[in-house]
Amino acid sequence: MMNEATKNVYEDIPKEMFELAQQDETLHDTKLETKARGYFADALVRFRKNRASVIGAWIIFFLLLFSLLSPILSQYTVRDQDKYYVNYPPYIRSIADKKIGIFDGAAVHASQNEAAMAQWKAVAIETGYDPLLKILETTETVSLYRGKERITKTYKIQTNKYYEQGMIFRVFSFQEFEDIQKWQDETGIQVIYPFVESKDIKDITSANVWYQVSDNKGTPKYDKEGNFIPAYSTNTAKEGAPYHSKRLENDPGNWIYSMQKSGAVQCRVCYYNYYTYVNGHEPMYIMGTNSMGMDLFCAIGVGSRFSIIFALLVSVINLTIGAVYGAIQGYYGGAVDMIMDRIADILYEVPFIVVSTLFQLHLAPKVGVVPSFLFAFVLTGWIGMAALVRKQFYRFKSQEFVMAARTLGASDWRLMFKHIFPNAIGTIITSCALTIPGVIRSETTLTYLGIVNIADFAGTSLGTLMSQGQTSMTSSPHAMFFPAMYFALLLIAFNLFGNGLRDAFNPSLRGVDD
Amino acid sequence: MGKYVIKRLIFMVFTLFIITLMCFVLVRMLPPAELPPGDPHTKIVEARREALGYNKPYLEQFGIFLKNVFTKGDWGVSDVLYFGQDVFAIFVSKLPATMIVNFYSIILSIPIGIALGIWAALRKNTWVDDAISTLTMALISVPSFVYAFLIQYFLAFKLGWFPFLMKEGTDWFSWPMFVSMIPAVLSLSLGVIAGFTRTTRAELTEVLTSEFMLLARTKGLTKVQATVRHALKNCMVVIVPSIFGEFISIIGGSLIIEKLFSVPGVGQLYLNSINGRDYPLFMLLTVFYTAIGLVAAIVVDISYGFIDPRIRMGSKK
Repeated sequence: MMNEATKNVYEDIPKEMFELAQQDETLHDTKLETKARGYFADALVRFRKNRASVIGAWIIFFLLLFSLLSPILSQYTVRDQDKYYVNYPPYIRSIADKKIGIFDGAAVHASQNEAAMAQWKAVAIETGYDPLLKILETTETVSLYRGKERITKTYKIQTNKYYEQGMIFRVFSFQEFEDIQKWQDETGIQVIYPFVESKDIKDITSANVWYQVSDNKGTPKYDKEGNFIPAYSTNTAKEGAPYHSKRLENDPGNWIYSMQKSGAVQCRVCYYNYYTYVNGHEPMYIMGTNSMGMDLFCAIGVGSRFSIIFALLVSVINLTIGAVYGAIQGYYGGAVDMIMDRIADILYEVPFIVVSTLFQLHLAPKVGVVPSFLFAFVLTGWIGMAALVRKQFYRFKSQEFVMAARTLGASDWRLMFKHIFPNAIGTIITSCALTIPGVIRSETTLTYLGIVNIADFAGTSLGTLMSQGQTSMTSSPHAMFFPAMYFALLLIAFNLFGNGLRDAFNPSLRGVDD
Repeated sequence: MGKYVIKRLIFMVFTLFIITLMCFVLVRMLPPAELPPGDPHTKIVEARREALGYNKPYLEQFGIFLKNVFTKGDWGVSDVLYFGQDVFAIFVSKLPATMIVNFYSIILSIPIGIALGIWAALRKNTWVDDAISTLTMALISVPSFVYAFLIQYFLAFKLGWFPFLMKEGTDWFSWPMFVSMIPAVLSLSLGVIAGFTRTTRAELTEVLTSEFMLLARTKGLTKVQATVRHALKNCMVVIVPSIFGEFISIIGGSLIIEKLFSVPGVGQLYLNSINGRDYPLFMLLTVFYTAIGLVAAIVVDISYGFIDPRIRMGSKK
């Protein structure tokens, strides 16, 4: 009923009630106000939105800056390897003097008895550098000794390793002896200290005992005021060479500063000051030293610089080979593709460690360690890239624009690299960003294992540094910690960055991690 | 399906053959290990090398090598490390340690990895997901020896819970042995856990957004029911093959972890054979590792077909 009624109403609308919507103006879309964004700009915008990747990019930037600058800023090179300052913790004099507990070369010594404590004190008095930083713990043990109770104290202390070295015996030629004396006069720093003969100190051979002792364990004798009594030699008959430089303040004038040694002189030198004499500056190790006595701050920079450059080189070569191989495979398809794919399959299955080992054994003697290492990476590294490019080519080669270009007479080569290849560029960039950490990782693993040793070429490498740190892990964890830290950060940052790039270039893949 | 499997197997044998041949020739091109001067075994060793065809063309040598392997199971005797001993016997004696350590690590890591992955996927884009994903990323990017160092330093040295190195001896299932294996097991597990977490999370997040999940909820299933019955089942298509792959690679072990924790296993043997230039041992282990890689790849590929009938094997991708 209702239907009938409405139907009738609408059927009979008179013609003049209709009105044309638009008669004079032309109908068109509103013009786009925004600027068109290109492929790369679009990717960049997407990349910037990904917080993790931006952080990754910044970390990479700072790590690169570090490896670029640290060898320049450091006073050392990787060839400066100190024989005494081995596996020493971080130390910077100006910060250590502030006594805020960092960069003070601190190491912990447990169960130090009174004699040992006296020796630390003696080192402090003689050299003027107090090794004792802090007494962490004092333990008192009560024992019965000849019917009487006796209290023995043992201490757990923190010392400055650099000061703790104290004195060493060192043999110099006469000329060196003179040079050091001249340097002493110029700078006022005492390097050579009065000599102590071990027969005067109960046959103790340690260079750090300069006081009279009551037994061969180094228990000192004290005078009435409780001070150490010097045991410096006055045996002028055995003096090595005339000494005319700075003497100790309390020197009565007859202490000898050197000892005869055939054709040379033997001296007692304060190692810290001797170091300053030899190197021209005081020790300063921002990250400490490793088991070779290298400055870790510099060594990490040098090692990582090699790793990064090497990884870039490998990536570029692999990407080029992979792109060309994949392009040929994907473009021609059929039998060519099949055969090339089988070759790639077989190569892909060779374990990398086998390749690098055999290359080291065969090629390294002929072309050098680093080139043969590079070949090992190139031999199998391009396969992943080739597979990616091949897939892209299969996707694009049957599309209309390719057919159009072919109709216009473009050659195969031009079609491949001018028309199809640019479409795969996003994939390639992404893959490159993820290849680099992979190469760094394998390279470091192999140098860590010692299968490949590039120390002669590059000075050192992160892997070598870590395996050196590993050997002294318990006593000086910093030697492992710093290289491992740098390495881990580098890999994580590169992966974050690479994942971000992949998401930016292929938004459809977002969230699929592989 | 059957045809596809056979085709894969034939190609696998072919690949293994080619790789073995290449390695063999390259190894034989190197001068054989020198004997210590005045060694009483010089004559025997030289006679043995003569019998192995050391002065003949490489292909003939390879023929002799293959003949010995297939007819007598003879892979040669060790040159340097275990002078004069049968390499195959040495290899077999190293297998148990590797297999046990890796078995524990897999038993530990698969449930943890999958559980973390499910957790992260269900809480996608919350702090739980962020934390798990970041940790996974870090563990996957960094090689295991770096966190093995942390485990060794903190758990074994600072806290003193475990010994530094694996206990010597062959009492594989005793308690002290188990405790001494834990650092190695943990170091191996972290990477595997991270791998499983990542795969599970990626798969599950994709499945959770698919339409059949919406249907499952619409027809009245609770979220738990829908996840367990539909989403997880679909994830398993990807996860189960990788579990198979992991199980095969347990006999391979890990080179670095075994060296670090002195696990007397195959991985360490391989490293030692490389560093000590023990070519017969190196040859055997190279074939072994290549074979494991090939078999694992095939098992993973084929198991897709068995688990999910929707995936047709051998059809063009």
